[in-house]
Amino acid sequence: MRTFRIGGLHPHDNKEFSAHKAITDVALPTQAVVPLAQHIGAPTKPVVAKGDKVLVGQVIAEAGGFMSANVHAPVSGTVAKVDSIVDSYGLPMPAIIIDVEGDEWLPEIDRTDNIISTIKAEPKEIIGKIQAAGIVGLGGACFPTHVKLSPPPGNKAECLIINAVECEPFLTCDHQLMLEHGEEIIIGIDIICKALGIDKAYIGIEGNKPDAIAKFEELVKKAVNHVEVVPLKLRYPQGGEKQLIDAVIRRQVPSGALPIATGAVVQNVATVYAVYQAVQKNRPLVDRVMTVTGPSVSNPGNYRVRFGTSLNDVIAAAGGVPEDTGKIICGGPMMGRAMANTNMPAHKRTSGILLLPESMSTRREPENCMRCGKCVDVCPMGLEPYLLSKMGDMRMWDEMEQHNVMDCIECGCCLYTCPSNRPLLDYIRMGKATVGGILRARAAAAKAAAEAAKAEEKK
Amino acid sequence: MNNLIVSPAPHVHTSNTVTKTMLNVIIALLPALVVAVIYFGMGALIVTGISVVSCVLFEYLINKFLLKKACTIGDLSAVVTGLLLAFNLPANLPWWIIVIGALVAIGIGKMTFGGLGNNPFNPALVGRVFLLISFPVQMTTWPVPQGFATKYIDAVTAATPLSAFNEGATEMPSYLDLLLGHVGGSFGEVSALALIIGGIYLLARKVITWHIPVSIILTVAVFSCILWLCDNTYMDPLTHLLAGGLMLGAIFMATDYATSPMTHMGQIIYGVLIGIIVVVIRTWGAYPEGMSFAILIMNAVTPLLNHYCRPRRFGENPKK
Repeated sequence: MRTFRIGGLHPHDNKEFSAHKAITDVALPTQAVVPLAQHIGAPTKPVVAKGDKVLVGQVIAEAGGFMSANVHAPVSGTVAKVDSIVDSYGLPMPAIIIDVEGDEWLPEIDRTDNIISTIKAEPKEIIGKIQAAGIVGLGGACFPTHVKLSPPPGNKAECLIINAVECEPFLTCDHQLMLEHGEEIIIGIDIICKALGIDKAYIGIEGNKPDAIAKFEELVKKAVNHVEVVPLKLRYPQGGEKQLIDAVIRRQVPSGALPIATGAVVQNVATVYAVYQAVQKNRPLVDRVMTVTGPSVSNPGNYRVRFGTSLNDVIAAAGGVPEDTGKIICGGPMMGRAMANTNMPAHKRTSGILLLPESMSTRREPENCMRCGKCVDVCPMGLEPYLLSKMGDMRMWDEMEQHNVMDCIECGCCLYTCPSNRPLLDYIRMGKATVGGILRARAAAAKAAAEAAKAEEKK
Repeated sequence: MNNLIVSPAPHVHTSNTVTKTMLNVIIALLPALVVAVIYFGMGALIVTGISVVSCVLFEYLINKFLLKKACTIGDLSAVVTGLLLAFNLPANLPWWIIVIGALVAIGIGKMTFGGLGNNPFNPALVGRVFLLISFPVQMTTWPVPQGFATKYIDAVTAATPLSAFNEGATEMPSYLDLLLGHVGGSFGEVSALALIIGGIYLLARKVITWHIPVSIILTVAVFSCILWLCDNTYMDPLTHLLAGGLMLGAIFMATDYATSPMTHMGQIIYGVLIGIIVVVIRTWGAYPEGMSFAILIMNAVTPLLNHYCRPRRFGENPKK
């Protein structure tokens, strides 16, 4: 089985808690808090006001530019207010608050389970529909999907790679979605291929999901395009875009370049399902499947949650917060964020909620670095985490830049593997933030200088 | 609900620790210790005991009274230093020389630089070479392996295979004796077989990688083979590999984390150069054995190797 060529490791995947649990719906909330920024890029502009009646699927906030994504009403009811709440990390989060009344959808949305396999829409229309439906990458980055399907000039898509790796421990929502909605995902792949004008697609699935691999090997025969299932060796962070491209088509994205430079467009499997819903059924992105799990959670599983539902309600559906909980993480244990409370609504970015017992919640005391080099061995970007963290400690920003700190994908392998529990990634993140600031300032200064020179010339 | 803990990702961690790593090294050294006790008797155990206890004690005292830092003897690295120092000594060395060696190893070799991971030179070798230069007579008076004996100081002594060869002896011990350790020498280095078993254990537990030991052993084999084929009065390659401190050095001393390069490319260059230096010292140098010096010289080169041998960055020279 194939895998990426540099670094990586295999943490215990802990998927047994929620694997093969059928997707169940979480009950509608009485009040939905719908964040305005659920994607990377420009924030959205609200187009509803207090007192407006909304239906499910209606646009309530419009994209603030090309690099942005519409937000739709995930529930029907009356807009209570347009306000800003404090999210679970302590940051302000502008949101539209809707008092839920019934569950009435826009009439043009097809909510039946009928599978529509004929793709009528033309490429331009497909991308338009995806853009209108507010679809973003559901693997975690929340990059607007229509942007990814419109390669910048000079780049040409050659193949589509479906990210069905789910390398984060504990998470199983993509796996279950593949088992339950395989046919739709295959049609979704054909839709994206049509939009990109290509006929070659790969589905990268890690070997710990043999049932999904077997199922898709059958299903791909039905696909219009040439779709190939690529079973991958268990290795974290294989779900990283760059690592997945390397694993599947053996091409490495050059430092600083976009993944499209290799000719590959990567889409998460849940995104592909959302594309099917948007293009074939006119159904915008108003919910997603997320895993709620943890070693002591009484009813771990995969839940379909409308955006705006409080995480408290989602956790309650999984049996509530266990007594011994010490940490609640939004996402998986390798890259997820620990939350200070669970009063935040679920949104496009919430791929899972992980409740860890107190015994698994704290880091051990750091000891001296014994220079074992394990962090260098596991770094999937070929960096030297021990050196970067030392440079971060010494505030050596120029040296960090020379040692490619900006290439770090923050996968956490270095910190995971360190026998001395050194906070390697913490220093590297700090370095990335500072060096990023320096780079932006330098670019701005260069731009200003160029403009000044131009103005001088004109005189 | 309790107050929630908030910390940056990742939220899970390997179960590997410094202490577990050091414990694995100690376990890997046990076969060689057993062989030493079988051939050299109580002397080997007494030297090991004195060395380990004094290394741990010195680290404790220096941390507590000189550096006023938290106690670090729990990580077992001082035990490993003590074991490695003892393994490089003759089994009849007077106790006070061992204590001086331990003080130099831990005090000068390790704690001066800030403790575990910060030392530029392998502490056990610093202690060993200090003793070799300061007490050349005691350090080269090797007891003959007599089977299990309870005597400590008054052992019958003889030359090691390497020093005998250096002085022009023609009769060398058999390869089997070299493999099992039925020869004179520092008591931890005599049995190549026991050391190789320990090395396989370290590889299996992923404490070390193959790069350093294999590059040293291959280089010594190839280089000495070339010399031997040119002129067969030079020592044959198999004796080179099995005699002296080569296996102990290649498997346990050169692979010391702090003093060896971080990247595999660097480790291979480091290993090849150690192999070349050790054959050069053994063949043309004044000392019959050069493993300690070869490793210490390459320890000094390690920072340079770390600087030049960076890992291949993702996306660098991608193979199309």
